[in-house]
Amino acid sequence: MSTSGYKDIARNGIWKQNTSIVQLLGLCPLLAVSTGFVNGVSLAIATIFVMALASGVVASVRGFIPHEIRIPVFILIIASLVTVVDLAMNAWLHELYLVLGIFIPLIVVNCIVLARVEAFAAKNTPLVAAWDGAMMGVGMVVAIAVLGGLREFIGTGMLFSGIEMVIPGTRALQLLPEDYPGFLVTILPPGAFIVLGFMIAGRNWLDARAARRARLSAAAQAAA
Amino acid sequence: MSEPTAAGASLRNAAILTAFVLVFTTLMAVTYRATLPAIRASAEEEKLKLVGEVLPAARYDNALLSDWVDIAPRAELGLAAQDDPVRLYRARLAGAPAALVFEAVAPDGYSGRIRLILAVGADNRLIGVRVVSHKETPGLGDYIDPKKDRNKAAPWIRQFDATGFAEVAAADWKVKKDGGRFDARAGATISARAVTNATRRALQFAVEQRDRLYALPAQSGFGKDDQ
Repeated sequence: MSTSGYKDIARNGIWKQNTSIVQLLGLCPLLAVSTGFVNGVSLAIATIFVMALASGVVASVRGFIPHEIRIPVFILIIASLVTVVDLAMNAWLHELYLVLGIFIPLIVVNCIVLARVEAFAAKNTPLVAAWDGAMMGVGMVVAIAVLGGLREFIGTGMLFSGIEMVIPGTRALQLLPEDYPGFLVTILPPGAFIVLGFMIAGRNWLDARAARRARLSAAAQAAA
Repeated sequence: MSEPTAAGASLRNAAILTAFVLVFTTLMAVTYRATLPAIRASAEEEKLKLVGEVLPAARYDNALLSDWVDIAPRAELGLAAQDDPVRLYRARLAGAPAALVFEAVAPDGYSGRIRLILAVGADNRLIGVRVVSHKETPGLGDYIDPKKDRNKAAPWIRQFDATGFAEVAAADWKVKKDGGRFDARAGATISARAVTNATRRALQFAVEQRDRLYALPAQSGFGKDDQ
């Protein structure tokens, strides 16, 4: 595939078809884990890994999967790969595993993994499929980084709390004064929905503005 | 190529599905075997780290993780009859009793159970208490966990360090709001009260049963019949 094809896939995954704020798929982990920047981004990175792996594997064996039983086979592949990632993280990234442990198995039921495998990987070559899976995951990283960062910042006045569990020796940033009272609702579950709503609105506004500008410049060119 | 019969197609698909199951089960089994030693080691390390939070490693020299007694659930540890037994570790220094390390539960937190780990020294003083897990409101009641406590210099839970009933009588072992001796943050007393009361009950248990707990053979059970 040409470079522009890869670029299109990346643009789709990160902006145009962003799973979290456009397709609104896989909201369960997005909302549950986005209480802070570090937790959210760590889980999303694990998701990138699983999505790239699952898409790549499914694309490589797609010739052997009869159409009628493709869904059980996809689920089997995804569940096995998540188990492998879960075990590997427990063994070699134990500190991070303690934070994310209960969420890793949830990747199995994150519908964006199955959605991309079914819609894309089953029809494309392994490399392209893995790239698509990874880019969809990157889209989730971006969304969860903004969502988690906003919730943490508004809720506690801090950013990156818990980073010492991922990168030893670093520490969280205290952005607002120590006596900031905190804004609890953003940390609690309803805050996840409220902040996500603002993010979707913001993205739509950016898109609408870009479309308006494109229309205006097209009109200006036509007039000139 | 002729259209396969329904039975033929089913058999073929079943065979393919079975082949996939075999391949991926093998993958999982191989990963499991490969990661098992590392996972065991890190679970052990994690346990020691948790113990290290309340008991400095310099205060004992025995193989702590194998010198344990399983304690049947009892009210002093905040456990109901259907709960699992609690594992109590016995720290010894040069063969002499040094500390008892065990978990206890505060059943009356603001939102559910608060699990604690305590180390009680041979002098019947608490060496330290830490919260292992809790569901208290973030930013409000969660200061019982020193990682969440904004007062980093003197976290709330450290006021129990090196304290026994000689310093604070059992009757005064409450939060100040209840007429006791321990501080609690205004507006978030419930979490602190739950932890303080659970600590008192657990310390009482450790003091009363001290000699029997140290004397029991390693890896045995305690209190299944004698509540």
